[in-house]
Amino acid sequence: MPRYRWWSTPAVLFLLGCGGPFPQSTLHPHSDFARATDVLFTDIFWWAAAVFVVVEALLLVALIRFRHREGRPAPKPTHGHTLMEIAWTLAPAAILVFVAVPTVRTIFATAGEGPADALKVDVIGHQWWWEFRYQELGLVTANELHVPLGRAVQLSITSADVIHSFWIPPLGGKRDAIPGHVTRIAFRPDQVGEYAGQCAEFCGASHANMRLRVVVESDSGFGRWATVQLQGPAAPAPGTAADRGKAVFARSACIGCHTIRGVSPGVIGPNLTHVGSRTTIASGLFPNDSAHLARWIGDAPSLKPGSLMTRMQPPLTDADIAALVAYLQSLQ
Amino acid sequence: MKSWLTTTDHKRIGLLYFFTAFAFFLIGGIEALVIRAQLAQPNGHLVTAETYNQLFTMHGTTMVFLALMPLSASFFNYIVPLQIGARDVAFPRLNAFSYWVFLLGGLFLNASWLVGPLFHAGTLNVAPDGGWFGYANLTERQFSPGPNIDFWLLGLQILGISSLAAGFNFIVTILNLRAPGMRMMRVPAFTWMTLVTQFLVITAFPVITVGLAFLMFDRFFGAHFYVHEAGATPILWQHLFWLFGHPEVYILILPAMGIVSDVLPTFARKPLFGYTVVVYSGVLIGFMGWGVWSHHMFSVGLGPIADSVFSATTMLIAVPTGVKIFNWIATLWGGDIRGTTALHFAVGFIAMFIIGGLSGVTHASPPTDLQQTDTYYVVAHIHYVLFGGTIMGLFAGIYYWWPKMTGRLLSETLGKWHFWLQFVGMNLAFFPMHFIGLLGMPRRVYTYSPELGVSDLNLLSTIGAFLIALSIFVFLVNLLRTRTHGQRAGNDPWGGATLEWSIASPPPVYNFSVIPTVANRLPRWKTEHHEPMRDPPATPPAPIHVPGGSWWPMLAAFGLPILALAPLTHTLWLALVGAAVLLAGIYLWAFEPFEV
Ligand code: HEM
Ligand SMILES: [Cu+2]
Repeated sequence: MPRYRWWSTPAVLFLLGCGGPFPQSTLHPHSDFARATDVLFTDIFWWAAAVFVVVEALLLVALIRFRHREGRPAPKPTHGHTLMEIAWTLAPAAILVFVAVPTVRTIFATAGEGPADALKVDVIGHQWWWEFRYQELGLVTANELHVPLGRAVQLSITSADVIHSFWIPPLGGKRDAIPGHVTRIAFRPDQVGEYAGQCAEFCGASHANMRLRVVVESDSGFGRWATVQLQGPAAPAPGTAADRGKAVFARSACIGCHTIRGVSPGVIGPNLTHVGSRTTIASGLFPNDSAHLARWIGDAPSLKPGSLMTRMQPPLTDADIAALVAYLQSLQ
Repeated sequence: MKSWLTTTDHKRIGLLYFFTAFAFFLIGGIEALVIRAQLAQPNGHLVTAETYNQLFTMHGTTMVFLALMPLSASFFNYIVPLQIGARDVAFPRLNAFSYWVFLLGGLFLNASWLVGPLFHAGTLNVAPDGGWFGYANLTERQFSPGPNIDFWLLGLQILGISSLAAGFNFIVTILNLRAPGMRMMRVPAFTWMTLVTQFLVITAFPVITVGLAFLMFDRFFGAHFYVHEAGATPILWQHLFWLFGHPEVYILILPAMGIVSDVLPTFARKPLFGYTVVVYSGVLIGFMGWGVWSHHMFSVGLGPIADSVFSATTMLIAVPTGVKIFNWIATLWGGDIRGTTALHFAVGFIAMFIIGGLSGVTHASPPTDLQQTDTYYVVAHIHYVLFGGTIMGLFAGIYYWWPKMTGRLLSETLGKWHFWLQFVGMNLAFFPMHFIGLLGMPRRVYTYSPELGVSDLNLLSTIGAFLIALSIFVFLVNLLRTRTHGQRAGNDPWGGATLEWSIASPPPVYNFSVIPTVANRLPRWKTEHHEPMRDPPATPPAPIHVPGGSWWPMLAAFGLPILALAPLTHTLWLALVGAAVLLAGIYLWAFEPFEV
């Protein structure tokens, strides 16, 4: 259960009368990593709040008590006071010790090294989507990261182009995805569910559209998901729309960029072998339904500015698009 | 007209800086309003992603380099020579050069909004779009092929020259032109903070100059300073940028701290409490500001040791900052506080800066910063320190010194309206951003999902932004009003302690009819140790030579944007023309006869 915070969510709700959960909130931690930083933040917050109250109160008292009044004698020209200077140098310094010690402890506790048995996933940022490679499972997917509950996850993060930053607030703070570098975070989720995140480092035109989901599943659920993902793509029955879609896929530019195992080897865009099993498309932007798929295939840049999936030349016919949608949806 | 173009008078140059910087401030503000209008609701589509990215890049770049720094510079120019009892700055023509380079650099950057068609693109298409922090390798030609980033890096290089020239000029001025008897520990706090600021300018700007030069080589000549495939790393840019960038934030705040340190004593009728401590903590902040840059890079993963060290240095820097705040409050304590508009803004500075400083401490802790960095929480922080801090401080300076600069008082009634609208507006605009960030909205996004649950907070913030705009409008009315209705100020409307109040408003060209001799820190006040000094006579007892104007600094300044056009348009002969103009300007300037 998230701890009760009078000053955050409820305060906001009270002020604005708005509702709804906050899927990307940093204040509702759901992993050991997120919890550690949250505890530290709460700690620092209260110190800051105390200093805030004291200093603003002093300021207000000074303003009210010493405001100009007719007939007040000229103020004494005091120039300073050594003891007071020492006091108000040492007091903040002392408070900072109380902030610094847990800070350093948390830095080392959250340095990004998971336990040896952690599930290792390589995360690769692309303009503007995420690729996930599960080395130990031999599995590649995109934009929706599945992890089991009850096992630590160790992410090794890098980028294929410019700098991005991988961030799922409820599961922990962000790490940059930097070309030529590998950065790490590790966390152990503590509740089954779907968590939202998005790229946090400005990475070009569609930075705002580079979102992602993390699905935390029970161990058995994760196992089932992995088994399905490891299978080859579904083969559509001959004569169906999906089958025609497969043919359109194979003769169109799609194959240049996308992998569908056994069909095409492209590596520029997301792996589509099991695209039908994902809940969203376009890196978490839209629900994975026929209407959005059709619009996306027809003209991706109009939905995601700058998208490297350009409009097909010559344009696909509506019939082709419908067939492709059927095919992609069959790839469960 | 000609006399303004050729002027080398620090007062006129100060006014030129003021009006130019204020115009850029309004442009940056309009950009901010469009940004806020776009974010007023989720999935906003007032502007496209590409336009939005140019807007926030130009907003940040404009506010930092074209509005706040030069607004401070207008006070360095106008007030510093008056505070130290000098007739001008040390190098008046170099001062004119700084101004013209600043103006042309600013125009160069902003021209990018309009000249798209020259680059076979629409207008509003080729303005810089890589963020004010311009992270490599997004800024490499491979990922940003258009002229956008070229405008940015060439514009910043031009502006760097202006800042450097001004930096050396003011250091020499403050060190060498102080009136007899004005020892360093008698120099007014504002001038002291100017000195520290200028040392930061001349040391920090070379760092970004180098970073930008690398980027120029990468973009124009195919070098690979930030390209990891060639064995380099884009992280190099981050180190160079923030090694400049953190001192830069002190370049932005120290002048405002200096203003507040002068305004509070005047209106509390009490000397600055702990003058020595306030000065030394300013110097200390200047030094310590060099050791904290990686706190902008905690998410890069520099490792736990580096993170711990930079966290500790960052927290330490909060100590001298806190000391200043306590000294300001102690200055008010026991005073006889007159609630003028200038005092309102100075106190507003303290009250708001505290919030920014405290949120700064929350992201001085790397683990918590991992949740905050690159979110709206940091946007809240920077606006509490830069708007609540620097801009409040600058307005305190404007209300305080405007009478000195023009001889007319601003209206106190409109001033209070301005203050309260701005105060409420800024808190409405920026306080919700703390929550917006903690609830998971990244910064630099042109749109956001309604699912985040931050739509109402964003709307509130937008309303605040428009309230700020209204407050600035009130200020402009007030400013214009002084031309016709402004009450005459006289030499000293406030009872100030420092030398600028001992002469006419506006001061005559030569400033001081007789250079004063200074015997203490508060020359114009009576204290337990001394009587006030006698103000210099209204008319000079002997004729004073005042140098005439010069065209050559402006001519030299024109060489720089012409030079910058050469790589932008891939035209070699422009480089030759630019170099020729620059050299001609410098040559004629150097050999200009002394008597005009
Ligand atoms: C107690 C004093 C301060 C502390 C401890 C502090 C700390 C920090 C930290 C740790 C960051 C990095 C946040 C992040 O990106 O996650 C930051 C950002 C920033 N700070 Fe401060 N700060 C302080 C005062 C100031 C002042 C005085 C200014 C300027 C007037 C300032 C301006 C900025 C700016 C502009 C940024 C954001 C830069 C960017 O990413 O675009 N800060 N501060
Ligand atoms: Cu900094």
